[in-house]
Amino acid sequence: MQETVIPAASAPYSTLLYVLIPLLPFLGFLINGLLNKKLSGTVAGAISSLMVLGSFLISVYLFTTFQYQYTVKLFDWISVGSMQIPFSYQIDQLSLIMLLLVTGVGFLIHVYSIGYMHHDENVGKFFAFLNLFVFSMLVLVLGANFVILFIGWEGVGLCSYLLIGFWNKDHGNNNAAKKAFIINRVGDLGFLLGIFLIYLTFDSVQYAEVFQKASTLQIGTGVVTAITLLLFVGAMGKSAQLPLYTWLPDAMAGPTPVSALIHAATMVTAGIYMVLRSNVLFTLAPDTLHVVAWIGGLTALFAATIGLAQNDIKKVLAYSTVSQLGYMFLALGVMGYSTSLFHVLTHAFFKALMFLGAGSVIHAMSNEQDIRRMGGLRKALPITFLTFLIGCLAISGIPPFSGFFSKDEILEHVYQHNKILWGIGMVTAFLTAFYMFRLLFLTFFGEFRGTEAQKHHLHESPASMTLPLVVLAILAAVGGFMGAPMFVGKHYLAEYLAPLFTYSQRLNPEAFAGELDHGTELMLIGLSVAAGVLGILFAYVQYVSRRVRPAEDDAHRSAPESLVYHKYYIDELYNTIFVQPVMGLSKGLYRFVEQGIIDPIVNGFGRVTLGGGQLLRYVQTGYVGLYLILMVVGIVLILALNVFQF
Amino acid sequence: MEQTIPEVIRTVPLEYYIYFATALFAIGVTGVLTRRNAIIIFMCVELMLNAVNVLLTAFSAYRSDPNGQIFVFFIMAVAAAEVSVGLGIIVMIYRNFQNTDVNLLNRLKW
Repeated sequence: MQETVIPAASAPYSTLLYVLIPLLPFLGFLINGLLNKKLSGTVAGAISSLMVLGSFLISVYLFTTFQYQYTVKLFDWISVGSMQIPFSYQIDQLSLIMLLLVTGVGFLIHVYSIGYMHHDENVGKFFAFLNLFVFSMLVLVLGANFVILFIGWEGVGLCSYLLIGFWNKDHGNNNAAKKAFIINRVGDLGFLLGIFLIYLTFDSVQYAEVFQKASTLQIGTGVVTAITLLLFVGAMGKSAQLPLYTWLPDAMAGPTPVSALIHAATMVTAGIYMVLRSNVLFTLAPDTLHVVAWIGGLTALFAATIGLAQNDIKKVLAYSTVSQLGYMFLALGVMGYSTSLFHVLTHAFFKALMFLGAGSVIHAMSNEQDIRRMGGLRKALPITFLTFLIGCLAISGIPPFSGFFSKDEILEHVYQHNKILWGIGMVTAFLTAFYMFRLLFLTFFGEFRGTEAQKHHLHESPASMTLPLVVLAILAAVGGFMGAPMFVGKHYLAEYLAPLFTYSQRLNPEAFAGELDHGTELMLIGLSVAAGVLGILFAYVQYVSRRVRPAEDDAHRSAPESLVYHKYYIDELYNTIFVQPVMGLSKGLYRFVEQGIIDPIVNGFGRVTLGGGQLLRYVQTGYVGLYLILMVVGIVLILALNVFQF
Repeated sequence: MEQTIPEVIRTVPLEYYIYFATALFAIGVTGVLTRRNAIIIFMCVELMLNAVNVLLTAFSAYRSDPNGQIFVFFIMAVAAAEVSVGLGIIVMIYRNFQNTDVNLLNRLKW
């Protein structure tokens, strides 16, 4: 075997510093997990928040002093024959940005949870799981090879499961948790096969080595197409893309901070992170990129249409998350790698903000989530309203809020590659603006439609909840300027990330060269802003001027309306073609194989042993003489057998 | 091999020792099987142990290998320990039953 030497620059700081990043949240997990009921909610929350803050500060330090990419080897992990998988961390632009995102947004959400969860009896458990999640996510983004990525990948999946089913006394929550876990397994299988294929092809799973070897291949190599397709299946599961998206809306059964942290800002972007990480491989496989772009575009549109008719405040946000994730994959599919990460960041800001805002609303409304029962909350919850408004403006792509820059950049990239997908993106942008403002208007405008008791109870949330809202609102408002060449002179984010894509750029220079002329660019910006504004206007006319209220569940609906309202019956479809047959098979196997064959065999062994014992126990006469005779006979028999070799 | 064995030992052939030990062992077994007095059973057990000791010593001498005789010392030490325990048990049996007939101890049965 040829030895490949990777010229890895050594780490400038002691290994301990890097280890501490994931270890601090893990420590918080241990403390809160072991002292579950002994700590008061505030103390538990403070401990876990401080742990995440510690990781955040280290990440900031690494970010500000970052000069060159390097890997930090912690120890030899798997070493079998020629297979060497060290446990090492990758420190480069991508992992640093993700570190900042996970720990920064994570910290805000931890602080928010202190206020949001303080009524709950299992606060300690909640914070323990939340910290475990942050730990897994940090392992995911820090790992320097696909296997460590996979560990983190499974870890966040587990935490997602635990936290969706956090209120496990409700059966529905448990089912939602199981659904999330099982659908993710489907994706994980693809991911795992992808990793195996990577090892088979490149003889390594270490990023540096794999990508270096891959960069010598031809574009369109079959095996790379297979690898990337398999990896993308994994990403489809984790990042909730068609056809594996159905778990994400159900995942809203978990506490709202969980939805904000795991199911909006961080975990669901793991798929995008993974594709970005392996951008060399994806650049080598144009066919896969096509698939990625189309799946992304269709998911964006599909989820947006479902979002139009949802009445649960968190479900609307969930579908909009699926839709925005679709945008990110759309960007990846047209090789707008840095653009995709840009949208990951801005989306994390405004979607976390909106989820936390929704949480604040739910908190004030005594756990009411149906927007048909809300309305007029603007006066009772002024801070929540203002921050939520900023979030809505950002996601709708209204300048100068962050979503405008990232979404516009995606649409520009897509326009250069595929006009149909661009059209889909534009329609989605319009729909997004419409349903987000539908949500805003129904919740915060008009008359209050809840019960008297709820009205009496309405209150603005405590400072621990509003403070993260304000910080996130500021980020959502100005976060776009890290990638706004028109306003601040250059695209800071793209320039910062450029070294990550050198191999890709060398392989396919045209994809990175394309610059639109100024006129087209302005036209595209105009169109996307127009789509957003139009969406908002439609929503305003419908829900503020004409005071339309969404129909009750049992109201009569026209066929297309009903189709959208019931989420295209996808859940029912999956239920019929996957769940029911498997359940039927399991029941059949249980009845015929388990109860008919295995049970009788196992019970038979028990019965034979019992019966034999019943008979043989009469040998135990209690007379020593008999025992001795039997013993001697036995010895003689053994001797005889030995001597005569029967 | 044969030459290294002293004349004194060779006056009695090895077979004799084997016959003797077998007889001793058979007597022990018979005693254990037929007698009901715990003390006699106990003595018969010692008889069997010593039959083995005799064999070990004889083989050891005929092979000029001291290991066998060292082993005999171990057996004797263990037997001595065993005797103290065994006699203790028999004393306790006697205190409870005013008898040492092993067939009286038949409560532990099906």
